[in-house]
Amino acid sequence: MKEEGQLSKMGDGRTGASVAVSEYQRLEKQVAGLNCEQKQHSPPLPSTPTNRIRQRRRSKSLEVLPDPSKLNGGNLLVHDQNKYRSMWIRTHSSLWMLGGVILILYLGHLYICAMVVVIQILMASELFQLRRRVHEDKQLPGFWLINWYFFFTAMLYVYGRILSQQLVNTVTSDQFFYRLVNSLIKYHMVICYFLYTAGMVWFILTLKKKMYKYQFGQYAWTHMILIVVFTQSSFTVANIFEGIFWFILPAFLIATNDVAAYFFGFFFGRTPLIKLSPKKTWEGFIGGSVATVVAAFLLANILGQFQWLTCPRKDLSTGWLHCDPGPLFKLEYYAFPIWLPEWIPWKGVSVLPVQWHALCLGLFASIIAPFGGFFASGLKRAFKIKDFGDSIPGHGGFTDRMDCQMVMAIFAYIYFQSFVLPQTNSVEMILDQILRNLSFEEQERLYTMLGQIFKGQQIVHP
Amino acid sequence: MHKDTGSGGPSTPSGPTARLRRRRGPNEVPPEADKANGSHLLVNDRNKYKSMLVRAHSSVWMIGGFAFIIYMGHLYIWAMVVVIQIFMAKELFSLLRKAHEDRRLPGFRLLNWHFFFTAMLFVYGRILSQRLVNTVTTDKVLYKIVSRLIKYHMVTCYFLYIAGFMWFILSLKKKMYKYQFGQYAWTHMILIVVFTQSSFTVANIFEGIFWFLLPASLIVINDIAAYIFGFFFGKTPLIKLSPKKTWEGFIGASVATMISAFLLANVLGRFQWLTCPRKDLSTGWLQCDPGPLFKPETFAVPEWFPEWFPWREISVLPVQWHALCLGLFASIIAPFGGFFASGFKRAFKIKDFGDSIPGHGGMTDRMDCQMVMAVFAYIYHQSFVVPQSLSVEMIMDQILMNLTFEEQRALYMKLGQIVEERQFGES
Repeated sequence: MKEEGQLSKMGDGRTGASVAVSEYQRLEKQVAGLNCEQKQHSPPLPSTPTNRIRQRRRSKSLEVLPDPSKLNGGNLLVHDQNKYRSMWIRTHSSLWMLGGVILILYLGHLYICAMVVVIQILMASELFQLRRRVHEDKQLPGFWLINWYFFFTAMLYVYGRILSQQLVNTVTSDQFFYRLVNSLIKYHMVICYFLYTAGMVWFILTLKKKMYKYQFGQYAWTHMILIVVFTQSSFTVANIFEGIFWFILPAFLIATNDVAAYFFGFFFGRTPLIKLSPKKTWEGFIGGSVATVVAAFLLANILGQFQWLTCPRKDLSTGWLHCDPGPLFKLEYYAFPIWLPEWIPWKGVSVLPVQWHALCLGLFASIIAPFGGFFASGLKRAFKIKDFGDSIPGHGGFTDRMDCQMVMAIFAYIYFQSFVLPQTNSVEMILDQILRNLSFEEQERLYTMLGQIFKGQQIVHP
Repeated sequence: MHKDTGSGGPSTPSGPTARLRRRRGPNEVPPEADKANGSHLLVNDRNKYKSMLVRAHSSVWMIGGFAFIIYMGHLYIWAMVVVIQIFMAKELFSLLRKAHEDRRLPGFRLLNWHFFFTAMLFVYGRILSQRLVNTVTTDKVLYKIVSRLIKYHMVTCYFLYIAGFMWFILSLKKKMYKYQFGQYAWTHMILIVVFTQSSFTVANIFEGIFWFLLPASLIVINDIAAYIFGFFFGKTPLIKLSPKKTWEGFIGASVATMISAFLLANVLGRFQWLTCPRKDLSTGWLQCDPGPLFKPETFAVPEWFPEWFPWREISVLPVQWHALCLGLFASIIAPFGGFFASGFKRAFKIKDFGDSIPGHGGMTDRMDCQMVMAVFAYIYHQSFVVPQSLSVEMIMDQILMNLTFEEQRALYMKLGQIVEERQFGES
């Protein structure tokens, strides 16, 4: 099934439509458990909601795009009618995807989180599937449950940590829920730890003779998958609640980088970049980098004007947001130096300070994030698989789409925490602690004690 | 091959390194090598007695060395943990390495140690950052340098990791992909396992040596008690993974561990050296107010106790109830760490994780149960012990430690506003 794989990628002479359709059919047949070999022509792709959802993420990171089309020398893209048709199909699905993403963005933070969670589940099930061997699985009934159990535990842990403050703010009105949520959060770590330990004990009790190696391999694989999937999605969700801007900009930069690299390689591609991905070229890489950095600068300006994107969300509501966007999103005016020629109409340029941050993001997205793609390519070659899955017709699985995004999401979060957000943290954190852990009398006592210290002795720190 | 030291050789070498390695003595091994159900009774084998003598000998060395380190203080315990960690990582790294492939990948092993170094920087940087700052408050230059390093700590570690990641990708060689990816995944798993538990151990140490010493001792007591109970009463096998363990040993050890947890907490809780948290990286003596957990509370003995019972009152440190929970965990769940390690060894058909400790296999063999316990001790401490003692004084300490003068003022203003609003609302 996999070697018949994504035909559009291998680029043999099939029409784009029949390619997409046969992918879809193969998917159906796979679900029915049959071995599929024949590709048939059939009526155009039904646009059922599920299909549309699958297409929504189709060319999010168009990493695969260069593969069939950019060849050095021989089969130039221009000479192949079918490639044009496949590009048309891909553009078609990109538009659907873009539309879907914009819709989700409009709906708000909670829906974006839901989307992230759904993608995560799909990625995890693809990756869990990958190393499972049917023969061994038959002898271990219920073993696959352990995977999903750990998945559930990880989800509880990760989202509990990130959304705890937001959750508390949502239920402040209701006394009973407030207390309930507060105590759940207080013992959150213990709960997750016990769930994990129970899972580990369950695993040990299910160890079967002669299956040890397979089971331990599955256990390790599960852990690696969960760590990879949840690190980046937790950071993504944390970024979303700090402001959709910090989610949409990195994601968009990755997409821009891929598209730009594709086009530069398409027109100028000559020198191969890395052995792992033979269709990538240096010209595509450098052109893509320049384009991404420029796009980052401009895009930050555009996106930074919307309060819906720049305001942080303090609770789990879904209404409109109003806030003071902060110094990063206030325009600063730079007058042009005098030596610029007179015919340039603009006398100065107004720049949001956040655009400088966006430059750094763009730089990372173009230079380092592609290594996520290389890693995934190497992994696929190592384990001799064509794709991580085939939920997205024409593009493989979700993991194929998300590989560069994952690296970028982690960087965006760390960048944000280190360079954008450093000041307000500690005072807020301690204030939160005070308000959460101390009773009213104790808080007042703390206040008076602080007052005494300020009036009295000098503090040692300069 | 290493466990059934039938040829009870003379005293094991007592060079400094050997003493270091043996410090973690016979935690898990005794039941496996010596407890046989039925036929080969221990009493009938002279060589087993000799090996038990050797093991007792090394345990004595271990306990002595351990007590010495405890006496020296927090920093030295930390150093010991780091050394043990390096040994464990080294063993585990070399476990799945294949010599043939390794020859074709020069410098690939360096990658492992690069990730190890990055992980160490990350983990210890996070845990000890506050204490590092407190150590250098006197020197202005150092203070600024250290504050800056801590501010950008996460970015630094991230970039080190990304550099390693890119190095890995650039070093991928055709036909070696599978081996290299396997090694990469293995490295990550090892580092996660090793560093999670050691970071939690170190965090516990700086909260008070008590919270490190008690769980570790409970694991040792559990093993020894399980061995002895199994030795005398062992009949029903416990689990297929470790055929020499028995239900009698398990249950007897659980009871013994809980009782000794209760008593040991009382004994250990009286020493300020063990119960005071260390706020910086100094090595001097500690004095502090131990907190409500370590102040004895007296309970009158209930009436139905027999008359010959000499004490009419019992003074109990509240921490002893916590110790009961720790003992329960140590006896029931921590052995699963040992089962996991056994299953792992069977799966990969290895006898031991290494052979740094003569007679006991490697460092990982000794530490497997300790690892599970260390993680639990930390989580228990953070969830049930710290919030109880999170009083006004502690938050005051935090404020004075963590915030600059301006930030303290800002906090004061904000808190004042909130308090006034609340008073206004109530009136």
